[in-house]
Amino acid sequence: MAASDELGAITKAFSGFGVDEKSLISILGKWHPEQRQTFRKGTRDFFIQDERKFERWDDRHVIQLQHEFLRFKHAIVLWTMHQWERDARLLKEALYKGPQHNVLIEVACTRSSEELLGARRAYHSLFDHSVEEDVAFGIHGPERKLLVALVSSYRYEGPKVNEETAKSEAKFLSGAIKGAAGNKNLIENDEVVRILVTRSKLHLISVYKHYKEISGNNLDEDLEGDLYLQETVQCLCKPQAYFSKVLDASMRPNVDEIKKEAVTRIIVTRADVDMKQIKEEYNHKYGVSLPNKIEDVANGNYRDFLLTLVARGY
Amino acid sequence: MSTLCVPAHVPSVAEDCEQLHKAFTGWGTNEGLIISILGHRNAAQRKLIRQVYAETYGEDLLKALDKELTNDFERIVLLWTLDPSERDAYLTNEATKRWTSSNKVLMEIACTRSPKELLLAREAYHARFKRSLEEDVAYHTHGDFRKLLVPLVSSYRYGGDDVNLTLAKSEAKLLHEKISKKAYNDDDLIRILATRSKAQINATLNQYKNEFGNDINKNLKADPKDEFLAILRGTIKCLVCPEKYFEKAIRLAINRQGTDEGALTRVVATQAEVDMKIIKDEYQKRNSVPLDRAIAKDTTGDYEKMLLALIGQEEA
Repeated sequence: MAASDELGAITKAFSGFGVDEKSLISILGKWHPEQRQTFRKGTRDFFIQDERKFERWDDRHVIQLQHEFLRFKHAIVLWTMHQWERDARLLKEALYKGPQHNVLIEVACTRSSEELLGARRAYHSLFDHSVEEDVAFGIHGPERKLLVALVSSYRYEGPKVNEETAKSEAKFLSGAIKGAAGNKNLIENDEVVRILVTRSKLHLISVYKHYKEISGNNLDEDLEGDLYLQETVQCLCKPQAYFSKVLDASMRPNVDEIKKEAVTRIIVTRADVDMKQIKEEYNHKYGVSLPNKIEDVANGNYRDFLLTLVARGY
Repeated sequence: MSTLCVPAHVPSVAEDCEQLHKAFTGWGTNEGLIISILGHRNAAQRKLIRQVYAETYGEDLLKALDKELTNDFERIVLLWTLDPSERDAYLTNEATKRWTSSNKVLMEIACTRSPKELLLAREAYHARFKRSLEEDVAYHTHGDFRKLLVPLVSSYRYGGDDVNLTLAKSEAKLLHEKISKKAYNDDDLIRILATRSKAQINATLNQYKNEFGNDINKNLKADPKDEFLAILRGTIKCLVCPEKYFEKAIRLAINRQGTDEGALTRVVATQAEVDMKIIKDEYQKRNSVPLDRAIAKDTTGDYEKMLLALIGQEEA
């Protein structure tokens, strides 16, 4: 391999998601001290020129490397876990790392009623608390009611939907959204929250459909002003579109670690559920296949593991 | 403890079904036979009887009972025959349909059942009514009542004995603060009652009493007519001393005080296999007269006989 190609390969090996173990071993491992120095001098991103005349690792990048080396381990452990423990731990982590409202909403709304119940049971075992007491205690502000209710929901999952009720609730939402300037107070509207938090998913899909007929717009688009309500609707009514959107946002260059973690979380938790549809949505929306995008941004074992999960065809 | 008396030698399910069927056929109904069978079978046995009855006679036992029986006697037999979780689903659904701010049933069921029992009730609710319990409660209640009741029926409390005393102290302080300001519908007050485990709430209320001198319910009596305060007091009682709550509900029903006339039927049918023994002891302690005597004095006929059978009074 030409010297410049080698430099490029090692730079890539340390960038993006995960690390390219093979290249680090076969290329970096055989580099003489001068070659390593060339690398250090040549990559401004990873090394800083110290005033005492040597190139030192940028601490931030070393910290990031820790995440990158562990990304594969984290994915494996998450994948092997029982789904209930996985969701319980994701909820707990979302509470103390942030809190990350989007993860709480994602887990509460995209799992089936029985799966969410299982997660709540596991939460009891793992943390000696109920998930709702921790969410209620850890979240403040107007979004608390929404989030506590979402993690406590046990929605009806049968086929029966009352179309008349769905229609009138769509009408109500249309009026409420128009009336709330900039959606700032919408999350404090008890009726809006009631509908989103208690109705079955099929019922809400029907509400979504009626809303479009009444107002001409999509319900989630009209909820632009309130991120939590918007995300709730997307997770409940069109989860695959939601997941493909989050995946895209997480794989952009220079996103923070918290955003990057979404890639593992989504692929591991959806591989056995609706990965096929997520791939279709992704392709349709962003014009590139999800596997190709992963090839592009991820490295080594982590990349290979993700590709294996994504190819499973569910 | 249960007060149900199941005979030492129980007839076969087929025999029970045959006898029940005989009780319905011909002129009139043999209520005594119904009481002597159903009033002396536990939940597992009753479930089997329903199953075999339907297989043998092509009709749900409950439908037959509904056709043949009337009034209070019918209600208690129907409620009693149902599976505990179906019963809770039925009672909560009824409560939402005829909900008023003095209705205590939703709170009672949400708070006196164990976390698992409440879950089973919610499951049974899906199966029977094709909606979730919380969506109906949210739809039919409003204001502060909705704010309290929806989280109560949605709770899946931690069921262990682990208690955090530091937290109990700080939440007792928080409760006292809110109550002193008369902020009874405060978000944090409701949060504590609706999400903490029963053991944790008990610890918190003990701290409250230690720190502030009174039982918390004493401080929630500012306005005797305030129905929200009544529900709050009921919530607390149901969570930490349900037998006292049930004793009072029965006492008021028997004395024709208050608005919950159906309490006697409901409490006996739902508690006979659960805590009726403790409730009887409470009743005796509080009223200086045994519960069966009070029931015998206040009720008549087959209704009385069924109640007495369920609370374990040996037949004369």
